[in-house]
Amino acid sequence: MEDQYLLSMNNISKEYYGNRVLKGVNLKVKPGEIHALVGENGAGKSTLMNILFGMPVIYSTGGFEGEIQMSGESTSIDCPHTAMNCGIGMVHQEFMLIPEFNVTENIKLGREIGEPTAFSKIFGNLLDKMNWPQMSRDARKALDSIGMMNIEEYAKVAGMPIGYKQFVEIAREIDKTGIKLLVFDEPTAVLTEGEADRLLEIMRLIAQKGIAIIFITHRLTEVMAVADSMTILRDGEFVARKDVKEINLARIAELMIGRKVDKLVDDSLLRSRDLSDDKIALEFKNYHVDMPGERVKGMNIKIREGEIFGFGGLAGQGKIGIANGIMGLFDTQGDVYAFGKRLDLSKLGEALRNDIAFVSEDRRGVGLLLGESIERNITFSAMQIKDEFLTHIGPIKLLDKAKADQHTRDMIKLLDIRCTGTSQAAGSLSGGNQQKVCLARAITMDPKILIVSEPTRGIDIGAKKLVLEYLTKINREQGTTIVMISSELVELRSLCDRIAIVSEGKVFSVMKPDDSDAAFGLAMAGVREEEAA
Amino acid sequence: MSQKTNVLQKAGSFLFDNKVMIAFAAICVAAIVLSGSPMTFIVDGVFTRITRNTFTVLALIIPVLAGLGLNFGIVIGAVAAQIAVFCVVYWGFGGFSGMLLSVLIATPLAVLFGYLVGKLFNRMKGAEMIAGLILGYFADGLYQLLFLVIIGGIIPVNNPKLIISGGVGVKNTIDLTGNLKYAIDSVRMVDIVTVLFYVVLAITAIKVVLHLLKKYQLHKGDFILFGVVGLLFGISYIPVIERFLSTDRLGLLDALTAVLIVLAVVQIIKIVKSIWIDKKPAKNLVKPILALLGYGLIFGLTFIPEIENVLLFVKLPVLPFLLIAGLCWFNHKILSTRLGQNMRTVGQSQSVAMASGINVDQTRVIAMIISTVLASWGQLIFLQNIGTFSTYGAHTQIAQFAIAALLVGGASVQKATNKQAIIGVILFHTLFIVAPQAGKQLFDNAQIGEYFRVFVSYGVIALSLAMHAWKQFKKEVQPPTEGIDLGNSALSPMAEKQQILD
Repeated sequence: MEDQYLLSMNNISKEYYGNRVLKGVNLKVKPGEIHALVGENGAGKSTLMNILFGMPVIYSTGGFEGEIQMSGESTSIDCPHTAMNCGIGMVHQEFMLIPEFNVTENIKLGREIGEPTAFSKIFGNLLDKMNWPQMSRDARKALDSIGMMNIEEYAKVAGMPIGYKQFVEIAREIDKTGIKLLVFDEPTAVLTEGEADRLLEIMRLIAQKGIAIIFITHRLTEVMAVADSMTILRDGEFVARKDVKEINLARIAELMIGRKVDKLVDDSLLRSRDLSDDKIALEFKNYHVDMPGERVKGMNIKIREGEIFGFGGLAGQGKIGIANGIMGLFDTQGDVYAFGKRLDLSKLGEALRNDIAFVSEDRRGVGLLLGESIERNITFSAMQIKDEFLTHIGPIKLLDKAKADQHTRDMIKLLDIRCTGTSQAAGSLSGGNQQKVCLARAITMDPKILIVSEPTRGIDIGAKKLVLEYLTKINREQGTTIVMISSELVELRSLCDRIAIVSEGKVFSVMKPDDSDAAFGLAMAGVREEEAA
Repeated sequence: MSQKTNVLQKAGSFLFDNKVMIAFAAICVAAIVLSGSPMTFIVDGVFTRITRNTFTVLALIIPVLAGLGLNFGIVIGAVAAQIAVFCVVYWGFGGFSGMLLSVLIATPLAVLFGYLVGKLFNRMKGAEMIAGLILGYFADGLYQLLFLVIIGGIIPVNNPKLIISGGVGVKNTIDLTGNLKYAIDSVRMVDIVTVLFYVVLAITAIKVVLHLLKKYQLHKGDFILFGVVGLLFGISYIPVIERFLSTDRLGLLDALTAVLIVLAVVQIIKIVKSIWIDKKPAKNLVKPILALLGYGLIFGLTFIPEIENVLLFVKLPVLPFLLIAGLCWFNHKILSTRLGQNMRTVGQSQSVAMASGINVDQTRVIAMIISTVLASWGQLIFLQNIGTFSTYGAHTQIAQFAIAALLVGGASVQKATNKQAIIGVILFHTLFIVAPQAGKQLFDNAQIGEYFRVFVSYGVIALSLAMHAWKQFKKEVQPPTEGIDLGNSALSPMAEKQQILD
């Protein structure tokens, strides 16, 4: 029965620097089938596709285990070129198009048809003359075959609507001879609804020609609409291969998320406060942030004093933009109130002056001065904003070295920062310890509101637990309101009082941590419960 | 959408796109007026400078297209040329054969240097320009080591004309009179025609052989080329024409007349073709007829005494201009090959090129080799025209001046054309010629004009680099265009075209 599959990837495992991201995953696709590959961010979808394409990143990190079969024959795909020769094509999420070139040039990129000349006979085919008439005929044919009669093959790509660019990409893959399998990586993420519908139609059209499609997406409704079957991954593990007919939305969502929520935090500390709707720490009214890739588009939410509030959602939906907007790193619109006072976010440092501290998701870029010492990193913001760790001699301010040193020692002890001393450069610490330094700096500000963005990204499990425990501790002991932005739902559910799922730049729904897995899965995918039924 | 606004918009965007060039042209005109120099002097000077410098400027175009930016590394090509010139002068060769020997020595050196520079640039992508600039200084240092210490010091060289009296190191200037001076400029036209004929004959023969071996398909163009060159060769035996062709300089007036005749013939062929062969309506005729009228007008203008005087005064060396034309043709042709398309793709986006299976590094190295070789040939043309070889100074500024000239013509770090190179050379060197005089007239001090031109050339480079950086920054920060609903946008390419037609 094996040979009925066009592609089967058997028992694939992959390790990145000791971190197992794929654990014995299977992926099987039949010819002419639309096969969806679903899973949360970090479930291992991209790694699996990188393996399929023989991307250099796989081989520079020690290869993978397992076997790839094309049409029943074991194949070794060790570079993107081999993948191409095997008839595997990819429609990229970020367009691999050159805006300054026209459609034909883009479709034929790297596969130009040349006409030999006397020179090229002698000096090799690099001197072939380009045969543009033939190439534009091919481009026309490819465009027609996906029903894109109204894209002109001689039009420049720059200035085309995003949807058109996507179709040009597809036409390029179709134009390749012997294409058997096409991977669509989140093709609808950047499209409008009309364009997305069109795309799904084109996918069906391509599948009818006998070309298999692997469809990677977060939009489960699209999976239900177009796919024949699907493979579900979770945390690098293979969960199930299902036919779409035998499953429903809620079940998929459950399989994607389904795992026990470990209580990372000691229960004794939990839910011992009285939170009231009258005491609002932070309020957003029609809040917009113009952060490329993470836009916030009109958010309304109230966060209560003393609360641990979570923002979850998929990458690119805008949750990261929320915090970066408040801190003044990107342009904002709308109103933000802290304890009833409107913040003027156009002034840099406004949030810091209003007792809001921030731990950035971009540790190495925004969070730390990598070349500076731990001490300087921890005391820097407080020094700037609160005039702490300074001795005043007339108009001159000098660093109070002893005080800063003492404080840094306290912090190193408190947060268990593994280092050689207060003067070690922050850049030379491990990820987890860098994160602790960031946290230490934020706490040094003695904030009333602490915003942490992706606090556990890229740090090991021990450090993770410590960071989360500490967040809970300062919330309980000092009454600090904590806003936590994270891609890891488990983490949010383990300590937040409420979790807002952000979708397309807006709050999609506000959920309780003990809502069902299915409910969370559907909210993440942007599906209302009634639609799922 | 009236025609008027469209024309205005177009004019506006034309002015904006060419702002550097227009500003520079205005400065040039002002300086010419201020200097009060006679036009014969200025035009003659400009054409001399064109002969010397255009080739080097044209050598910069390919790296720009391949995304390597402005190639400050052409200094290294110049160094290769100068080593060759030293060898040839030392061995006592001269004339055109000496020049050919220089080319034979300089080319492999330049290929090697270009390869090494290309390899280095591949290791520091994104910083090619600064790397090229520093590499130029580095090459200058090694060159000085070679010429000041090694020659005479380690390699025994006995030639009191070339070597400093102590016996170690090459003299500051080497006189090329009697050996390589005007080696290219003084080639007679009749010799050019003869050689051209034999070269085309050989190429055609190879093509025929390949055709017979069924490896190549002969087509119409091959025969037309052979026919035209053969005809030219044939008429060069007519005594009147032979006498005309047996000089090495061509009067500007004659050159202009010849160019106008050739262009007119081309247009007439177009008209004939569209009436009797394509049988297309009159619409196709408008452009050729307008062009013919334009040529007639230009020819008419040459009868105005002032202009005629200038045209009669200026004499052009023929071969350098043919070489420049040839390089323009080469730059143009290479783009229509697979290599050219690869270069353009790499120049636009390395990651996309890589994903499309293009060997990015190799393409960049080839671009660097071509540029370095062309730069070395450019330096040979420069040296033979100037006639004295300033051993330690001839190459030091060529990158800055060539790049400034290219930028003045309206090129940028990412876009450059033959036209921009030529316009740039004309404007930049016009200013070079008239600035000292203008400075003298204005401030009674020629030195100020000198300062001005240095300030302008570096200013143009700095401005262009700053604008490039600014554009890059904007591109990174600017959000991608939002998707528009298909319903509206389906029309957009059509609608756009409609507007142009309106």
